[in-house]
Amino acid sequence: MSVKLNTRQVGDVTVIDVSGRITLGEGSSALRDALRELTAKGNKKILLNLSEVSYIDSSGIGELVSGFTSVANLGGTLKLLGLTKRVKDLLQITKLYTVFDVHEEEAHAIRSFA
Amino acid sequence: MKTVDSAEQALIDQEYSSTLESVDQAEASILEAAGQAGFDEDEQHRIGMALRECMVNAVVHGNRYNKNKKVHVRVLRSSERFTIQITDQGEGFEIQEVPDPLDETNLLRHSGRGLFLMGAFMDDVKVRKVQPSGTEVTLVRNVGPRD
Repeated sequence: MSVKLNTRQVGDVTVIDVSGRITLGEGSSALRDALRELTAKGNKKILLNLSEVSYIDSSGIGELVSGFTSVANLGGTLKLLGLTKRVKDLLQITKLYTVFDVHEEEAHAIRSFA
Repeated sequence: MKTVDSAEQALIDQEYSSTLESVDQAEASILEAAGQAGFDEDEQHRIGMALRECMVNAVVHGNRYNKNKKVHVRVLRSSERFTIQITDQGEGFEIQEVPDPLDETNLLRHSGRGLFLMGAFMDDVKVRKVQPSGTEVTLVRNVGPRD
């Protein structure tokens, strides 16, 4: 299963629901394109919902990091929602878990942008 | 010619083309082999991920998607070890020149975590140059619970 992305707006926060695998190739490209499109439109509050992401490789981690820095460079914030245990473990061993603002509940995550 | 411990059983001995499809195919094969070797689902995931990172390095950085170059994957199983050998036909690299992805100055780099993840998910990682051209990476997972 490759990756699927769905973008929705909750107030002034853009939520990207991601499902499937974020790996080198189609998965990481799709995420990169989505984030570029949103930042090009000026969206500065982005919540990446990864609760349905079964797998991320180092390329996928790279896209998360690049998205995080790109949005930050525009004065915005990219936050993560709903990490599975495997994705959380991966971010912890790469020391990135504390770099991102990670949330478990969407409502809480949305409020945190205020 | 390398000698192989007679107690080691070859589970996979396969040449792959230098494509991302090969990475998926090799990952599927290794997951099956790791399952047959008795590793549980989480361990299979870690072994599969180490293999994927190594295959990506071989296809992308080693062989640079060259259709004329192959990636050789060999998997051996003994009572003590599950060993994966991945050999590309690329230019090779100096392992000491690979930046530490956990260094504060490298944390937000886009790439450079593959080799580190192999080490995190396996018990031993060895990299050596092969002649006339290429890199052989050996990933070892000990059989039994990890420390």
